Amino acid sequence: MKHLLSIDDLSTDEIIQLFETAADMHDVQGREVKKLPALRGRTVVNMFFEDSTRTRSSFEIAGKWLSADVINVSAKGSSASKGESLRDTVLTVCAMGVDGLVIRHPASGAAVQVSQWVDAAVVNAGDGMHEHPTQALLDAYTLRRHLGSLEGRHVAIVGDLTHSRVFRSNVQCLTRLGARVTVVAPPTLMPSGIGAWSAAAGFETSYDLDEVLRGAGVHGRPDAVMMLRVQRERMSGAFFPSPREYTVGYGLTRDRLALLEPDVPICHPGPMNRGLEIAADAADAAQSVVLEQVSSGLAIRMAVLYHLLAGEPEGGIA
Amino acid sequence: MSLVIKGASLLGEGTTDLFIDDTGTFVDAAPSGAETVDADGLVALPGLVDLHTHLREPGREDAETILTGSQAAALGGYTAVLAMANTSPVTDTAEAATRVWELGREAGLVHVQPVGAVTRGLAGEELAELGLMHRSRAGVTVFSDDGKCVHDARVMRRALEYVKAFGGVVSQHSQDPSLAGPAACCHEGELSGRLGLPGWPGIAEEVIVARDVMLARHTGSRVHVAHVSTAGSVEVLRWAKAQGIDVTAEVTPHHLLLTTDLLVGYDPTYKVNPPLRPQEDVEALRAALVDGTIDAVATDHAPHARHDKEHAFVDAAFGMLGIETALGVVRTALPDLSWADVARVMSVTPARIAGLAAQGRPLAPGNPANLVLVDPDASVTVDRDASASLSRNNPWHGRSLSSRVVHTVYAGRVTVRDGALAQAGAHSS
Repeated sequence: MKHLLSIDDLSTDEIIQLFETAADMHDVQGREVKKLPALRGRTVVNMFFEDSTRTRSSFEIAGKWLSADVINVSAKGSSASKGESLRDTVLTVCAMGVDGLVIRHPASGAAVQVSQWVDAAVVNAGDGMHEHPTQALLDAYTLRRHLGSLEGRHVAIVGDLTHSRVFRSNVQCLTRLGARVTVVAPPTLMPSGIGAWSAAAGFETSYDLDEVLRGAGVHGRPDAVMMLRVQRERMSGAFFPSPREYTVGYGLTRDRLALLEPDVPICHPGPMNRGLEIAADAADAAQSVVLEQVSSGLAIRMAVLYHLLAGEPEGGIA
Repeated sequence: MSLVIKGASLLGEGTTDLFIDDTGTFVDAAPSGAETVDADGLVALPGLVDLHTHLREPGREDAETILTGSQAAALGGYTAVLAMANTSPVTDTAEAATRVWELGREAGLVHVQPVGAVTRGLAGEELAELGLMHRSRAGVTVFSDDGKCVHDARVMRRALEYVKAFGGVVSQHSQDPSLAGPAACCHEGELSGRLGLPGWPGIAEEVIVARDVMLARHTGSRVHVAHVSTAGSVEVLRWAKAQGIDVTAEVTPHHLLLTTDLLVGYDPTYKVNPPLRPQEDVEALRAALVDGTIDAVATDHAPHARHDKEHAFVDAAFGMLGIETALGVVRTALPDLSWADVARVMSVTPARIAGLAAQGRPLAPGNPANLVLVDPDASVTVDRDASASLSRNNPWHGRSLSSRVVHTVYAGRVTVRDGALAQAGAHSS
């Protein structure tokens, strides 16, 4: 693979290979000295056009543990407003001799466009409402650690689907790995045309979270639940009437937590709105894998950078 | 310079010679000393008239000027264009309109007819000086805030009422901003959902079209619907016309041939407002053009400097080139449309809507000599770098289009000869 822009860029074999590499990388995290020499002499730029703490730090640490030189460029604010085109902005950075460009941008498709302009390997670290492929990879990787193969497993994704790149990458990644997926949201937070999309891609949709958690849908009870962040400001777009009403309808509340078997992992990509989409009891439950997702994220991002930038693997990575 | 055009096929039927005297008027016999243009095998149509062109001057002369836009228009077979008002400054005064009109005359390649803004600064609040623009030498009769919708129903009502006094028409950019805001850039549907692009639902156009035809009925005034893009709008128009409401409508070439799935790679070349729609809408628009529900083809030629398109998709400028390729696109999208119907939708009716008396006339003695000669059997592979436009946001690049504009004659003067701009002063060659 030349870039990682979308889950769609990866074959199933490549996904599995990334998981295997990530498992090796995960082991490295437990060592006293965490640095591997794999990317020595390579330069990785984290170019973030949008605020991010966890994803940027994760990529930064991943690059550093692989011995790459990592530079963070904050390019917040639309380049259009500064009078510079996106193309000029990225070409300027890449002219400094960049091997890998990790890009986060508030506009859907930005990473795809950038990949057409630059020679560097481009990693999509989230583009608008489009995709966040490393998040989906780390989610699936985390779930596999708990569930084993995802073949036939039922994953419920709950929340603001319309505005979520996490959902868009996850639904592709999970179905590719054989999981059965149900996505749950009020109609106003379902992407337009999701009926045709879900039919073509083979996932289910529901407006009723309780029904899904009780196993009343076609896929039965979920083997994992993935909660998505909901922005309180969405009320201004008339997406839902109030945070309270959202929580009653779609939050993973204490009552709903009781509907889940104790071994059903609960994921959240963060940052969490405790009390809105996820109750503290659920966020801190023994079955919550939220913090594990963070360490998995490091392993996955190390694996991605390694596969994109290390060239032909020689002599392994251990 | 007088002309004899030999062996042209008038509207694709019968072969005849056309004679043009040195006043630029068709006459019934060959003037002495006339230049001869061999039109054997070529179809003669009245010069094309574009109800919707963005020439970008004044303000964005790096993207297009009145001269380069006129050149592109002539190469496309046009003899008249209506220059949209969303320049900088906006064409919202008599002085601004007259300036555009004068620059068009200086370029001398097509009739450049300024469109006046409906509201001052396109702000949608106060009426622009509609009457003064009409009384100016430019004689503005078409008014549009194109690029923005006159969304306030009260302002639209007043504008429709006001222009009745002098037979003006309001050309509406139909986009309810509460249903399709400034970020909306992809037809709302499965694709926008998958791509995560802000949706531009057909309903945002349809509710304005429906409202405006009711306002036209209520005020007894005339409304023109710019760039109709959905099957739902076509239904409303069909109903309105059946009621006898005075409404006309245009469709762009790109909405007759290109579909929303082109957005899958996020190429801003395909970002246009209203957005490209699914095939069902394209089919409905074609049928409506054939049956007369849609009156005209208008290009919405929208040049943009390269750097205004090299942003993330949602940040990039809206619009695409289209005036050099419009005829080829119409021939490609609707190969069975008769040449008489092509003349109707690309010249005769647009000229009538815009009130351009010298345009869209039969190629008959006594009429001004505005015509285009087309090779009906040729095809052209579009090369964006071969364009006369200063811009390169050309969605047709690399596509093969049917028919070819060979010669264009504006006011008796050859502006395009053998598919290339005629050299000034070279008429006697």
